[in-house]
Amino acid sequence: MPRTPGSASRRGVLSALAGVAMAAPLLSPRQVRAQALKPVQLLNVSYDPTRELYKDIDAAYSAYWKQRTGQSVTVLQSHGGSGAQARAVIDGLAADVVTLALAYDIDSIARRAHLLPETWQSRLPENSTPYTSTIVFLVHRGNPWKIRDWSDILKPGITAVVPNPKTSGGARWAYLAAWASALKAPGGNEARARAYVTEFYKRVPVLDAGARGSTVTFAQRGVGDVLVCWENEAHLAQAEFGADKFEIVVPPISILAEPPVALVDKVADRKRTRTIAQGYLNFLYSPLAQDLIGKNFYRPRNPEAAAKYAARFPKIPMVTIADTFGGWTKAQATHFADGGVFDQIHKG
Amino acid sequence: MTAGYAHPLERPLPRRNALLRGRWRERSVLPGFPLALGITLAWLGAIVVIPLTALALRPWDAGLGGVWATLTSPRVLASLRLSFGLSALAALLNLPLGLTVAWTLERYAFPGRRLLDALVDLPFALPTAVAGIALTALSAPNGPLGQLAARVGLKIAYTPLGIFVALVFIGLPFVVRQAQPVLAEFDREVEEAASTLGATSAQRFWQVMLPALAPALTSGASLAFARAVGEYGSVIFIAGNMPMQSEIAPLLIVTKLEEFDYAGAAAIGLAMVVISLAALAVVNALQAVLAARSRPGATT
Repeated sequence: MPRTPGSASRRGVLSALAGVAMAAPLLSPRQVRAQALKPVQLLNVSYDPTRELYKDIDAAYSAYWKQRTGQSVTVLQSHGGSGAQARAVIDGLAADVVTLALAYDIDSIARRAHLLPETWQSRLPENSTPYTSTIVFLVHRGNPWKIRDWSDILKPGITAVVPNPKTSGGARWAYLAAWASALKAPGGNEARARAYVTEFYKRVPVLDAGARGSTVTFAQRGVGDVLVCWENEAHLAQAEFGADKFEIVVPPISILAEPPVALVDKVADRKRTRTIAQGYLNFLYSPLAQDLIGKNFYRPRNPEAAAKYAARFPKIPMVTIADTFGGWTKAQATHFADGGVFDQIHKG
Repeated sequence: MTAGYAHPLERPLPRRNALLRGRWRERSVLPGFPLALGITLAWLGAIVVIPLTALALRPWDAGLGGVWATLTSPRVLASLRLSFGLSALAALLNLPLGLTVAWTLERYAFPGRRLLDALVDLPFALPTAVAGIALTALSAPNGPLGQLAARVGLKIAYTPLGIFVALVFIGLPFVVRQAQPVLAEFDREVEEAASTLGATSAQRFWQVMLPALAPALTSGASLAFARAVGEYGSVIFIAGNMPMQSEIAPLLIVTKLEEFDYAGAAAIGLAMVVISLAALAVVNALQAVLAARSRPGATT
């Protein structure tokens, strides 16, 4: 059967070759002139719920860079569980910048693949975190179970939805917030905190791999009475599915989540994108980006943007990873590593 | 093409016997044997043997004790039990159902038959994530199927039952597509002869049809089983992913990778390969027995 197509495709190849041969001398001088302003692609490897945020920021940055230099930049986004994204970068995903859910994941890239210095977090202002967030509750309209505080989740009959801390950065923040709530409660100590998270996870029927998966399970599949999630994700779910369906409950205590950003030096140098990639990260601290950050329900660092969106972000006491958990390396080893507290909860 | 076999089932056996007797060195009448064998070995080597070797070497980074500790941890054991148990159950359920579908499509003429026939391939063609999301949406507590099930007190999504449903879904085409050609080529006269000899329809099925179909059905079921064991995309959405309850072994591999425990992940992967190979070897042996038994019985 491949008799006629064979000759046809050979003819096609020949004419294509002829076309290239003719076009090449015409194109090359112009190409040389355009070299400096060649369009550039950046890859931002990010965590799960930031799709909407970076869509806004990338468009703003492209416009900004074009206006400043005349060069067009396309920022490609990749999203997934923070740990999985870090592993993808370690395994060779060519990220110019990483914007992940927690510092530990970028530490892993620095430690295991040496793609950036281990001191990366001191290279940008505010611990390299251009915005913060926290962990809140999303409940059904009218808050039928009257869930106001972490302890309310243990009321008999309640089921809670939260992603898997093994795979999701947001879930790790949520776990630590739950732990801290019991630790900081009157009479709280390590043993009580452990007992609390044990009971807490007994009320979780589904452990999705990422934050967005949990939102879908709760909001679309109708599983659970409370979703314990990123503040930005709760607002987004409300915007997406309607404020008449879900309410956000900000608990009396939570955790200061600092999702950091970093330049992946070796990749950027290889791709010769260091200036543009560094500019992208600096841009995150600009008033324009800070406003987009507030608009997308992340807590801006910039005081003006913070003031503008202050009504969205109730001020509550927040523990930090450094003060309460002794930093990410320690928290990871104690709670989330193989055989850690989270594994012990699910034993037997 | 060259030798006309009386029955399609006769083809693999003589060849295998020839191989066993070491006759593969004899010159084939067909030209191009060295080239064809060379390409076959190179291709299988590149696609199958090299990755499998890498997998087999990796776990030992953690030492024998490390591998043993990984594989005997209750969570890993629970996930292996779940993956292999549900895969076997799903393949078993697909045997009668797949045979019925194949039978209906081959033996009856009715409007829409070709459409139904095309539908059988859908689980092959659909991206597994799409299948998983669709099945989850259907069987979640607020989905149409989930609501029906809830009325009889059943939960499908986010339970092992949900995993089972997904595995049945992806396994069905294997059984149907294996059984169909045998049914199509099956000599009707044999059945007619059986009925003229006084066989009841049950006897015709059990003693005439089924022996001929058995090798195809076992190979279909073992393919469905093998696919189900490794299935990730469709299961992950519907499973619930709770450790010790609804966590499949492939998810545990992903979790280990996320913890940068490459050796542990490879250990589970290797264990799955070994168990799968053992299961397939048993099925193959069974198939050989069935094929040997069905040939003289069915045709003479």
